[in-house]
Amino acid sequence: MLTAAVSRVWSGVAQKPASRVLVASCNLSKDATFEIKKCDLYRLEEGPPDTTVLTREDGLKYYRMMQTIRRMELRADQLYKQKFIRGFCHLCDGQEACCVGLEAGINPTDHVITSYRAHGLCYTRGLSVRSILAELTGRKGGCAKGKGGSMHMYAKNFYGGNGIVGAQGPLGAGIALACKYKGENEVCLTLYGDGAANQGQIAEAYNMAALWKLPCVFICENNLYGMGTSAERAAASTDYYKRGNFIPGLRVDGMDVLCVREATRFAADYCRSEKGPIVMELLTYRYHGHSMSDPGVSYRTRQEIQSVRSKSDPIMLLKNRMVDSKLATIEEFKEIDVEVRKEIDDAVHFATTDPEPALEELGHHIYCDNPPFEVRGTSQWIKFKSLP
Amino acid sequence: MAAVSGLMRRPLEQVSGLLRRRFHRTTPAALQVTVRDAINQGMDEELERDEKVFLLGEEVAQYDGAYKVSRGLWKKYGDKRIIDTPISEMGFAGIAVGAAMAGLRPICEFMTFNFSMQAIDQVINSAAKTYYMSGGLQPVPIVFRGPNGASAGVAAQHSQCFAAWYGHCPGLKVVSPWNSEDAKGLIKSAIRDNNPVVVLENELMYGVPFELPSEAQSKDFLIPIGKAKIERQGTHITVVAHSRPVGHCLEAATVLSKEGIECEVINMRTIRPMDIETIEASVMKTNHLVTVEGGWPQFGVGAEVCARIMEGPAFNFLDAPAVRVTGADVPMPYAKILEDNSIPQVKDIIFAIKKTLNI
Repeated sequence: MLTAAVSRVWSGVAQKPASRVLVASCNLSKDATFEIKKCDLYRLEEGPPDTTVLTREDGLKYYRMMQTIRRMELRADQLYKQKFIRGFCHLCDGQEACCVGLEAGINPTDHVITSYRAHGLCYTRGLSVRSILAELTGRKGGCAKGKGGSMHMYAKNFYGGNGIVGAQGPLGAGIALACKYKGENEVCLTLYGDGAANQGQIAEAYNMAALWKLPCVFICENNLYGMGTSAERAAASTDYYKRGNFIPGLRVDGMDVLCVREATRFAADYCRSEKGPIVMELLTYRYHGHSMSDPGVSYRTRQEIQSVRSKSDPIMLLKNRMVDSKLATIEEFKEIDVEVRKEIDDAVHFATTDPEPALEELGHHIYCDNPPFEVRGTSQWIKFKSLP
Repeated sequence: MAAVSGLMRRPLEQVSGLLRRRFHRTTPAALQVTVRDAINQGMDEELERDEKVFLLGEEVAQYDGAYKVSRGLWKKYGDKRIIDTPISEMGFAGIAVGAAMAGLRPICEFMTFNFSMQAIDQVINSAAKTYYMSGGLQPVPIVFRGPNGASAGVAAQHSQCFAAWYGHCPGLKVVSPWNSEDAKGLIKSAIRDNNPVVVLENELMYGVPFELPSEAQSKDFLIPIGKAKIERQGTHITVVAHSRPVGHCLEAATVLSKEGIECEVINMRTIRPMDIETIEASVMKTNHLVTVEGGWPQFGVGAEVCARIMEGPAFNFLDAPAVRVTGADVPMPYAKILEDNSIPQVKDIIFAIKKTLNI
């Protein structure tokens, strides 16, 4: 069962080996049409299209974004080992096609909420690498001023970063309720993992979202393992796209950014047409363990990880596709890599040199729009001023 | 009409308590409003004032509210603003918090706060802490309300007081109204507040009528969160309570007044942020302190008041240790004699006051 699941991920889209042929830029195409894997459908007559047009511009953008996330996560790994990052650090390298594909399928005015494995989505939702890494290292230049850390980063129309497994399910349904209430045709993408899919509150969120026809796209990022427990050992049914029961669903190749994009567009359109919620399962894979404290090889083999890396890496898949269809050259990708590296280096420098928040600010941000008051410290004589 | 039927349903002691209650001198415009109707009015006014406000919970719409607190609101505002939920506390509390994050102003009703335990993660981790964790980026303007504490004969799982549990958490505001004026002013302030506010009502108080002074009849009447009220001035001892026990303290004060003991009764109104200054000023005047609450003694509201008095200027003015009157340290029993002795009664308050005064 596990090998079947893994091989589903492996098989992605059939790829020709990358050919390193120099092509003059005037021979490059503006766009190309690609076949994408058909999604498994549940309670749906039709699904997303099985071909899509990728423009050169979009392709380079997706590549840059995925590469940025990849490099950012790998540097976060380093920073953690160097003890610049403390506590929990859950990395999403391997899953880049999910966050970039999702963002490509929605509008900036739509809403997204996810779990603690959030750094990729933080970036796609508009936070700079600097502000993300500085938050991880707990500096005042962090997006939450160093108060939140890895699991609590927020941006416009992005509601974190949630530490409690599954809590974001009902929260996302509530954001969708607000979308419906305001009537501005917005949707909410509510992400959770294969582990969280077994939370009761997810079922409660499904029920109310369906009952009230909330424009909520429930997205299960199935990376096959909930911490150290494989999906088969945790779920009586691992068809996560069917777990919404009375809610239609689709299962998507989460390693193919174009597949994710088309499926997201389809799902968002479904919700926008007031049909109610929909469930999307993204089949994906994380290279790292559950978090930085998990080497990730006690419950899966190194061969499995290596196999996914060599056959289904999302960044590699996109690059090969674009090179093969003459949408871009290898050199262009190398240039992007250099630029990305520079951006990350700069962000790391910032994140390791920016000062920590001032101690005086320990009591700030308890209440919103409140007159200043005093917050007790570790004893009655230690007081902190609290400003909103 | 509601007041009369509420009176007829109430246990005898409460009725006699009402008859003994002191009537304030009122302006001609004062009128009798039950706590239930006061909350109803407060919510109605805020629903009308701001279309982002909405109410959700079990039975709040078509049933008019399990305790009829939301009577008439669904008829007036409809399905969009008054929402009946399935029995899914964790789910609908989370939905309410998410809606608040996205800019609406939900009132989330728990049929009783006992059921809020199922949803407590959403109240604390998703609502209370978020503004802080986000470095001030993400406010959560939500109200959680419902009956709290002991009722009558509903036994252990339906009688817990959550004032101490919610009062414990930074990021939350927690209020506990006693009378109709409190109920109306505090629910309106809670709804207008941009922070998560827990409003601990009391089922036994819902049917009790009080005079609503004319200023409290204004649509902009608000009671500030974080300010206690001195319900009765006194010189010999400070008696501090919240919610229904405030009434018992006033009764005890009336009895003791005949013996020449004048109690200063303070209605906390807010659990968090606690108005310790009002209590301190009073203790510095009376030199004695008794706290009264319905909740369990250990790690409770009274314990917090006493600890803070010790740490502040009032300690040196105490002529006797501060004393707590609380619920009994047991899960609430069912049999009447046991239940009656598990909640603080007027006689317990009088006894504690006399003990403190060494009388």
